[in-house]
Amino acid sequence: MSLAPPLYGLMAEFDTPEAVLAAARRAYARGYRRMDAYTPFPVEGLSEAIGFQHTCLPLLVLIAGLVGAIVGFASQYYATVIDYPLNVGGRPLNSWPSYIPITFEVVILFAALTAVVGMIALNGLPMPYHPVFNVPAFSGASRDRFFLCIEATDPLFDREATQRFLEGLGPREVSEVEQ
Amino acid sequence: MNHPEARLPEVDHLRRRSLVVGVAALALCAGGAVFDPPEFFHAYLTAYLFWIGIALGCLAILMLHHLVSGRWGFVIQRLLESGCRTLPLMALLFVPLLFGLRELFLWARPEAVAAEAILRHRQPYLNGPFFSARVVLYFAVWITLASLLSKWSLEQDRTAAPDLTRRLTCLSGPGLILYGLTVTFAAFDWVMTLGPQWHSTIFGAVFMVGQGLAALCFVVVVSARLADRGPLSAVMSPQHFHDLGNLILAFVMLWAYMAFSQYLIIWSGNLQDEIPWYLHRMRHGWFWLAMALIVFHFVVPFMLLLSRVAKRRARILFGVAAGLLVMRFVDLYFLVVPALHPERLSIHWMDVVAPVGVGGIWLWAFLGHLRGKALVPLHDPRFAGMSEPAHEA
Repeated sequence: MSLAPPLYGLMAEFDTPEAVLAAARRAYARGYRRMDAYTPFPVEGLSEAIGFQHTCLPLLVLIAGLVGAIVGFASQYYATVIDYPLNVGGRPLNSWPSYIPITFEVVILFAALTAVVGMIALNGLPMPYHPVFNVPAFSGASRDRFFLCIEATDPLFDREATQRFLEGLGPREVSEVEQ
Repeated sequence: MNHPEARLPEVDHLRRRSLVVGVAALALCAGGAVFDPPEFFHAYLTAYLFWIGIALGCLAILMLHHLVSGRWGFVIQRLLESGCRTLPLMALLFVPLLFGLRELFLWARPEAVAAEAILRHRQPYLNGPFFSARVVLYFAVWITLASLLSKWSLEQDRTAAPDLTRRLTCLSGPGLILYGLTVTFAAFDWVMTLGPQWHSTIFGAVFMVGQGLAALCFVVVVSARLADRGPLSAVMSPQHFHDLGNLILAFVMLWAYMAFSQYLIIWSGNLQDEIPWYLHRMRHGWFWLAMALIVFHFVVPFMLLLSRVAKRRARILFGVAAGLLVMRFVDLYFLVVPALHPERLSIHWMDVVAPVGVGGIWLWAFLGHLRGKALVPLHDPRFAGMSEPAHEA
């Protein structure tokens, strides 16, 4: 009695960025949604072709920047007006022009940290294991091969039909990806 | 990826109309000059600075493009070349200002110089003949650069010689340095010395950033019109507008950064000869103009241009760029006119008519230089390589 290992998906291997882009467009048009493409360098239009929506990262960065502005300004205001008022050269206590450079720095700090940490977190990193590496040829994805993987969780996924569909796209090879 | 079919449609009608409007508006101003010379010269100087700012900004962005050769540059290269080829016309339009030195500058009035030690001290540099000689020098540099850059580029359209690209790049490096030096001195000569004592070392840089911003906004306005069912619709993609929008965003931030640096340093120093410049501009209604600059020259365009959608849609970017052009004029107005009216916000009818006059003639020349040429360079080897899509992301 042999139990087939659970399947993560089916992966097609292509030689050129144009081929994987065309394949991704056709897979999307066929109705597949749970899929991903793997390429050695960014291919223009590919993320749109697999239906990748914009992330919420820009909004998070904007909010972090605004919070940074408030924190930066308020902490200086608190220090120089409320907690320790000091007359410097006859200037008003609330000398807002001199707060601006530090406020600006705090905005950049908050926004940049949020961008880096948010990017890592939204990508699900760190990820020590990913099933696609079970395919021996996948090491080509960091050299000169282009991959499109349709995942088994896709509602349209069917072991035979999806295999036939991928083979119809003209790949070098279609492989099973073990879970 | 060459588009020899991308040419300007029939613009003779538009050219004639802008020339008629320009000449009529300047004739009106000439009438006004008889009755109120100081108002005329300040209005004319502001209008002149606005339009030459676009022309010089085109020159600077063009040289920047030849040095870095980004994808954004090739689609606006012909617009930039036509923009900076208006510089000989601008040299001609400078002549009226030479008759208004006494009305504009304290250092050109002998009685004021006799009364002020600092003006006597500056007399060897700030005097009529040397001022005029410097104007001639600035224009010699600018016109030489502009005509060589556009001549070689058009020669490449005809002969397809690839080595002309190298020549353009080699001229652009030293050219940008010369641009930086001449514009800094011109900004000091033409604007900073309007006030009796005020000085700011960052002023030339603020001026250059303003020119670059004005030129980018101008070419975005023109190319958005040409891309909207026009001859550039096959050439300009959302990606190009995205790049140009990012550049405008960068220039908006740089302008705000420098303008604020100047304010912060003078505010901190609180010195007697520097601070009145800002005190006049923060009272008597000029305050509202300062607020308008902060909000509409920085906050609003900055917020709008953060959005990816706003940068990729030509119509939205067109609106932002047109608004920024208006604010460029307001910024120059804020620099020049308070020198004449430090005590009250003043808008004379000539302040509105003079920019229309100079602008009408300028647009007539600009469209004339653009007419009949391919709207994108035909044989630039760098541009040809950009049709490969794979590495463009």
